Amino acid sequence: MKKVGSKLYLGLVFLFLYAPILVMIFFSFNASSSKYKFTGFSLRWYARLFNDSALMEALLNTLIVAFLAAVLATVLGTMAAIGFHNMKKRSRGIAMNISNIPIINPEIVTGVSLMLLFVAVLRPMGLQLGFFTVLLSHIAFNTPYVILNVAPKLRQMDKNLYEAALDLGCSPVQAFRKVVLPEIMPGVTAGALMAFTYSLDDFIISYFTSGTFQTLPVYIYSLLKKPIPLSINALSTLLFLLVLTVLLITNIKDIRQSRREARGLAG
Amino acid sequence: MKSKVPAYPYFGWMAVFTIIPMLFVLYFAFIGDDGQFTLDGFRRLADPYMIAIFLKSLWLALLTTIICLLIAYPMAYILSRMKLNTQRTMMLLVMLPMWMNFLLRIYAWMMLLENNGLINKLLGFIGLGPFQLIGTTGAILAGMAYNFLPFMVLPIYSVMTKIDGSLIEASQDLGCNFFGVLRRILLPLSFPGVITGITMVFVPAASTFVISQRLGGGELMIGDVIEMYFVGAEPNFNTGASISLVLMLVILIGMGIMNLFDKDEMEGMLI
Repeated sequence: MKKVGSKLYLGLVFLFLYAPILVMIFFSFNASSSKYKFTGFSLRWYARLFNDSALMEALLNTLIVAFLAAVLATVLGTMAAIGFHNMKKRSRGIAMNISNIPIINPEIVTGVSLMLLFVAVLRPMGLQLGFFTVLLSHIAFNTPYVILNVAPKLRQMDKNLYEAALDLGCSPVQAFRKVVLPEIMPGVTAGALMAFTYSLDDFIISYFTSGTFQTLPVYIYSLLKKPIPLSINALSTLLFLLVLTVLLITNIKDIRQSRREARGLAG
Repeated sequence: MKSKVPAYPYFGWMAVFTIIPMLFVLYFAFIGDDGQFTLDGFRRLADPYMIAIFLKSLWLALLTTIICLLIAYPMAYILSRMKLNTQRTMMLLVMLPMWMNFLLRIYAWMMLLENNGLINKLLGFIGLGPFQLIGTTGAILAGMAYNFLPFMVLPIYSVMTKIDGSLIEASQDLGCNFFGVLRRILLPLSFPGVITGITMVFVPAASTFVISQRLGGGELMIGDVIEMYFVGAEPNFNTGASISLVLMLVILIGMGIMNLFDKDEMEGMLI
């Protein structure tokens, strides 16, 4: 009885989570341009989507910004995490608190504050908001997440490993590359992935710092003004399938790895 | 490896892209277009109409947080007691909608709630309605709860998985009923997750824009007002910065109070 109740409850919550998405997917195949009446199967909205050059450009912009922001934030953040790790506890606490401001602050305030900075610097030079201001903003909100991912790995690392490498004749750079980096690598990749996905998904901060430059979420926002083109259903479906595929692949990899680890422990 | 030099570039970075932008907000909050000191921005915020918007935003964010908590808490508990592999799949399903851009999720709700949308159609089949759904406070709440629910489930779930099942059994053996288990075992042990969940839902909900405009029929929340003053037809950085500053302070004070209850909130924030 209790079990049935739990299952029913989970079912209802999942219905709440997925019904809106399933409705969008269903109507993305609608033959007519009615939003509410399904008249027959067609792929016309998908065709329209791929012919939308503004959308394709926005997609490309998003990918470029997310990739560059993730790479730069990962380098900056990993270095920062190592530096923070070597600071005294008190000053490290202060540095972490300042670093976390973009995470704690409401996103709209971060967006607005960066916009004020860029406008104040660029306007006297006669320049506009655009690609570079978006990129800088994305690095700014991504780096704290990289640090939060790398810092625990540094704490878990055996302090003597690095010194042992030096004693055995490594230069500091070699010791970093051969000993430290492999130890903290899971944190670095997790941080990079997080930075990349947050960057892909960001709307609010991009919106305030992009000017006429459009990332995909900014472009979608411009579509939400009426009348909404129905190709947005097709876009949602494709993005949903993409996310589903990526999550399934990483999940299967995780499961395989945990099985392998379990087997290793048993053997 | 013993040196803090690698952090130096980031110190410079934080100065330029974290601290100076905050100082700009502070500057514009008190300085008008003419470069003179002014309190006009705050005066505009003190207008009864604006105060009503501000309070309504906090109130809607609070309601959203409560709705999310009520839905997420039993959910997180049920998930944490499932088989390990099932748990993994279920959490994947909880997170999946979160990875879709929130604008698309809002659009989905617009489609569902419209006057001849799907919900009214379904109600029509059983002879009810049509109801005015879109443009109501209920629509805003539904959209926000939908949007932020995973942020409540994740931190509560991650503390729930650490609760030893034998503790629950022991308390039942010792005579605790359902509420006893909840009050004496589950709530105290899952408290840090609840606090993290509350801040992760409340902060974005209070400062959101777009959602209320699209689902609430043009109803404004404080985020919409800030947007208007910065990128609207008649921008006024002074007023926008004043409101942003007050919003930031209200939220920081709120989070400071929450932090008194919970020491390591950042750990739970990492999903």
